[in-house]
Amino acid sequence: MTLQKLWQRLVQTARLSCGVPDYDVYVAHLRSHHPERKIPTYAEFFRERQTARYKGTGGRCC
Amino acid sequence: MATSAMRPTSLAGRLLWAVIAVIGAACLAVIALRRGEPVNAIWLVAAAVAIFLIGYRFYGKFIEHRVLQMDPSRAPPSVLHNDGLDYVPTDKWVVFGHHFAAIAGAGPLVGPVLAAQMGYLPGTLWILFGVVLGGAVQDFMVLGLSVRRDARSLGHMLREELGALAGVVAMFGLLTLMMIVLAVLALVVVKALTHSPWGTFSVACTIPIALLMGVYLRWLRPGRILEVSLIGLVLLISSIAYGAHVAATPELASLFDFDARSLAWLLISYGFVASVLPVWLLLAPRDYLSTFLKIGTIVLLAIAIILAAPQLQMPAVSRFIDGTGPVFQGQLFPFLFITIACGSVSGWHSIIASGTTPKLLSSEGEARMVGYGGMLMEAFVAIMALIAAASLHPGVYFAMNSPSAVIGNTAEHAASVISQWGFVVTPDELARTAKDIGETSILSRAGGAPTLAVGMAQLLHNILPGEGMVAFWYHYAILFEALFILTTVDAGTRVGRFMIQEIAGLVYAPLKNTESWIGNVLATSICVGLWGYFLYQGAVDPLGGINTLWPLFGIANQMLAAIALMLATVVTVKLKRERYAWVPGLPALWLVTCTLVAGFEKLVGPISFTAAAQKYTQALQGGQLLAPAKSLNEMQRIITNNSVDATLTAVFMLLVLAMLGFSIHAILNALRSNVPTAREAPRVALASVASRST
Repeated sequence: MTLQKLWQRLVQTARLSCGVPDYDVYVAHLRSHHPERKIPTYAEFFRERQTARYKGTGGRCC
Repeated sequence: MATSAMRPTSLAGRLLWAVIAVIGAACLAVIALRRGEPVNAIWLVAAAVAIFLIGYRFYGKFIEHRVLQMDPSRAPPSVLHNDGLDYVPTDKWVVFGHHFAAIAGAGPLVGPVLAAQMGYLPGTLWILFGVVLGGAVQDFMVLGLSVRRDARSLGHMLREELGALAGVVAMFGLLTLMMIVLAVLALVVVKALTHSPWGTFSVACTIPIALLMGVYLRWLRPGRILEVSLIGLVLLISSIAYGAHVAATPELASLFDFDARSLAWLLISYGFVASVLPVWLLLAPRDYLSTFLKIGTIVLLAIAIILAAPQLQMPAVSRFIDGTGPVFQGQLFPFLFITIACGSVSGWHSIIASGTTPKLLSSEGEARMVGYGGMLMEAFVAIMALIAAASLHPGVYFAMNSPSAVIGNTAEHAASVISQWGFVVTPDELARTAKDIGETSILSRAGGAPTLAVGMAQLLHNILPGEGMVAFWYHYAILFEALFILTTVDAGTRVGRFMIQEIAGLVYAPLKNTESWIGNVLATSICVGLWGYFLYQGAVDPLGGINTLWPLFGIANQMLAAIALMLATVVTVKLKRERYAWVPGLPALWLVTCTLVAGFEKLVGPISFTAAAQKYTQALQGGQLLAPAKSLNEMQRIITNNSVDATLTAVFMLLVLAMLGFSIHAILNALRSNVPTAREAPRVALASVASRST
């Protein structure tokens, strides 16, 4: 694995640990499955995820 | 069944595992049998690594192939329901990191520190074997069950496999557990910050820092989490450094000097305000900071232990296994097994293993690494916490963890009492430790966090020496624990609020609307009131609070673990794999036994809440005042608190018994059936959907 790839994985893990999934994956998903939908900017995507994280059952331990 | 065939191991492989087994056994023999001279912590680390490797390779694989029968050719929920957001097939290392970050918390750091009063050996053995045979089994099996059921939650699976009533009972237990968790964690913070201007100042600073980060993330640089967390980290470190100045300046210090009672009220008000504010402003940014700080600190602690290689100064087994210990009351069985919950078996993990993680796994073949492996990592954190506590001078350890009702309020008195227990310490040594960490006193700071902080500070000081650095590292460790505890309190209050609104909605439908301002404030008040009650009770408790609340927390957490393992047992039988029912069944029975016996001892007998209530009732009738009550009103309050705790203990015991009843009923029904009756989602071959899952 190249260093760049390793760094990407680390960033992805860090973001996911904060409840923010991979933006590029989401965009790719929208393009291939829902071409009719508007692609959100990263800022819009981030806001939506931030709100969504604290609605469920918490997802953290004591 | 194609997957249940295990690949044969090569000769070199067998040799390697034999060597690991011998190393593990040798290290374990050293820590268990060597007496009279101190044991180095590295033996403990090596024993843990060897045992975890063997558990992962052999028992984990056995569960994967025989019990759960994980099938890598079967499409997991992430592929079947791929939406690019919640359900995304994700690299296994990324899922592992995410899962570990979600399960790691304050629990595995606190429990082992408290249990160190019995010596390091009982705690070590329970962590090592408890996790391999119980905790990791629970996390892995719940994850495996959830992956087979469209990533359903624990509550949902309980309703489906054990019946609707069992689901409601478990939901109620979960809400109660959460209130106790929040109270006990908040109490850990109160204990750490009592009359500590330095600590209080730096923890208070996290609020403006988080607000700043929130604004930055919202408007200045949206979504730049790593960038803003680095800025936050620099500000945090500066606030710790400036805290030394605050503590040294009397006018400033007096602004941040609070007793336990005031701190409890501050935390209760904070919890209320924080959980009605928008998440982006305070909760989310602090969550990011605490997540990164938590992982960073765990890594730092591991490096410090390996480089400093401290001697364990605590005896292997102390005289307090007889139940007379000052930190918590009760004998080794069952109280060790509920005191160390999170590090060896944690019921809370079953919520996470049936939450986001099963939606991310890209193959059933990766569930062992994430579920079983993630929990082994958590147990390793618990072992490190135990090492940090056991490498302290035992006199210092007992001075920090014994209630003032036992050791008094002065270093002289404390030193003489503790020396009489056989842990010789001078008042000078206690005073010098306090001075080193930049505090006025170290006496009666139970709750785990301060002890761990002193242990960590001494370890880090060993590898990074410097004038005044012990005090810096001490306050760093306190801040790091307080930060993620406050995040848990905030997020937990929010989750509790949603649960309460859901329950209230059954009675009066409009209350269910989570967007409604009235419903929000009402449910938040109830939630904060519930945990706040226990927190306040702990803060004014004569025995220091941890003494009372930690057993309640342990009983509740192990109760949830027992429920999760009972679910796993029921499903195993329903799948007609009853010959493997012992895998989740034995740890389930063990936890049921521990919670019931501990509950019983807390309900009747010399160390029970009932006995404490009676003692004060008799004194009150005789018109006497018993310390620490200073008025008849306070006497009455202590009686009420103990009665509430006794009732709660009884409720937990009834919950366990009810769930046991539901499980036995479901198992008997499943045994009568000739075909599998578990409700798995239908199998879809991964190959048939692979093209859809880009």
